[in-house]
Amino acid sequence: MADPHPHGPKPSRLTPGRIGLYVFLIAAALFFLLPLYTMVVTSLKTMEEIRQGRIFALPSTLDFTAWKTAWSGACMGTECLGVRVGFWNSVKITVPAVVISVFTGAVNGYALSFWRPKGSGFLFGLLMAGGLIPYQIFLYPLVRLLANLSLYNSIAGVVLVHVIFGLPLVTLLFRNYFVAIPEELCKAARVDGAGFWRIFFEIMLPMSVPMVVVASIFQFTGIWNDFLIGLVFAGRDNLPMTIQLNNIVNTTMGERNYNVNMAATILTAIVPLAIYFFSGRWFVRGVAAGAVKG
Amino acid sequence: MQSAVSIKDLKIAYGDHTVIEKMSIDVAEREFLVLLGPSGCGKSTLLNAIAGLQDITSGETWISGRNVTWEEPKDRGIGMVFQSYALYPRMTVKKNLSFGLRVAGLPKAEIEARVARTASLLHLEQLLDRRPAELSGGQRQRVAIGRALVREVDVFLFDEPLSNLDAKLRNELRVEIKKLHQSLGNTMIYVTHDQVEALTLADRIAIMKDGVIQQLASPSEIYHRPTNLFVAGFIGAPAMNFIEGEISFKDGTPVFDSNGLSIDLSAYPFIAPTKAGPVTLGVRPEHIAPDGRAKGWPTMSGTVSVVEPMGSDAVVWFDWAEQSFSYRVMGDVHIEPGATIAPGFDIAKASLFGADGARL
Repeated sequence: MADPHPHGPKPSRLTPGRIGLYVFLIAAALFFLLPLYTMVVTSLKTMEEIRQGRIFALPSTLDFTAWKTAWSGACMGTECLGVRVGFWNSVKITVPAVVISVFTGAVNGYALSFWRPKGSGFLFGLLMAGGLIPYQIFLYPLVRLLANLSLYNSIAGVVLVHVIFGLPLVTLLFRNYFVAIPEELCKAARVDGAGFWRIFFEIMLPMSVPMVVVASIFQFTGIWNDFLIGLVFAGRDNLPMTIQLNNIVNTTMGERNYNVNMAATILTAIVPLAIYFFSGRWFVRGVAAGAVKG
Repeated sequence: MQSAVSIKDLKIAYGDHTVIEKMSIDVAEREFLVLLGPSGCGKSTLLNAIAGLQDITSGETWISGRNVTWEEPKDRGIGMVFQSYALYPRMTVKKNLSFGLRVAGLPKAEIEARVARTASLLHLEQLLDRRPAELSGGQRQRVAIGRALVREVDVFLFDEPLSNLDAKLRNELRVEIKKLHQSLGNTMIYVTHDQVEALTLADRIAIMKDGVIQQLASPSEIYHRPTNLFVAGFIGAPAMNFIEGEISFKDGTPVFDSNGLSIDLSAYPFIAPTKAGPVTLGVRPEHIAPDGRAKGWPTMSGTVSVVEPMGSDAVVWFDWAEQSFSYRVMGDVHIEPGATIAPGFDIAKASLFGADGARL
């Protein structure tokens, strides 16, 4: 048979390569979803059902008592208050740390790209160098510093440390975003009489909403998932959720409550998970949304 | 008469690199001055310095009789239009226009009135509620011009405002800017690298090279009597034809000799009495004519290499003494490549440059 005369749209064909690709993608998705599935079903089972050892089986009845226990009754050592306390500590640490670090980073990036004070290039290099050094190196000096400032073992102290460690990345993000914006925009605003802060708040910040979202997501997940800084600086009363989860899971008094552990873990992970889930489209829009020339 | 903008001994340098060296210009009130030059000649830097957006090394800037050397851009009484439009992307056209007035804290009614007046002047009424992203390039630049006009200042600065537009829009907006200048009568300083814009818009053109003004004169003067080889070569499309040669004296009259061509220079308007020596003769393409011989003009015979029809006229390229020359004919004249021609040129309209490049 002769080849068909080509006209109109090119017909799509399912090649073996394509099929192989889809098989691989589906397998990969299953591989990563399986642990989540196991966690969800285990958390909904009773301990009797778990003891039967069929970890992939669906629960016979939906039992939410493990979730209730995890939230408000699970024991950490001798205290049985659940992950609730840690959740609110994490919120108290994460929210101000994200807001302050993103705002400061945005101002830094704006000043570095549009105003370029003397020595700003050196300062930026220093900041980047600071971002490359592993932060374990800073732990002891920082502990001494915060102790001298009477901020050790306090929420404010942890927030400060998170802001410091977040600044290099956030500054870099905003600097690179603002550097791509024509300098003339800033000049035009100066001719119009606007000063440093007015240009920042009325022109640059509204333009950089996508970047604010991206930076906030980075910072939020990083700070929420942090373990070490919270452990070192927060103090016993302000431990974030990650540390509490660890303590709950590692507390052994009698039987290991796998269902409660699973529920507590999901509760801890759900916040960053939800943020990724609902802000995905901002990630996609990302940095490309700033076109001035159109 | 008091000058609107005046620059005195201005110097701009970054470390050892001098961008502008000891420059002084006086721009008269209601004048349209164009700063023209190749990229990197310092023309935009100069404009930014006038606006107060560029730090200067030494010198003074005076605007409307005030020494504004140390003043902020907003206090200098200027409006500025940028190449990239620089519209505030998250504001509507109306907000863009009124931003400067709101910053200055003008009463609401006054802002409304000024925005309305500017919008009608530039035909922006229909666009007031749109965002810059929803406008075409030409509309954006009109808004940018409006943002300068709404400030109701004496001096407007334009930094290559039409460079980002396509050819058709550029022509339209060029006419609009010229009309605006005629109706408003403000002082305008306009930076461009496009010689057509410079020639059509300017009262005076300042041609710059390496931070130095080469010639500051009316477009006609610059075109017809370029002061040096750089200006002669920069202005005009197709470019001026240059012939290297030598001046000698025969019976007291200067004669130009080059490759067997000998031209009596008694018709040439010398600035000062000339001496014998090497020179460059420059002839504009439109001062070469196929029937030049009949007028008694010196002729150069050669072979046509290329003909470029441009609609209304055509450019004929021919070779003489292993060099390419061009001249302009009406668009309906037919000349085939390979033909042998002997056009003549008008020595009275030519330009002669000495060995140092300066006009003789």
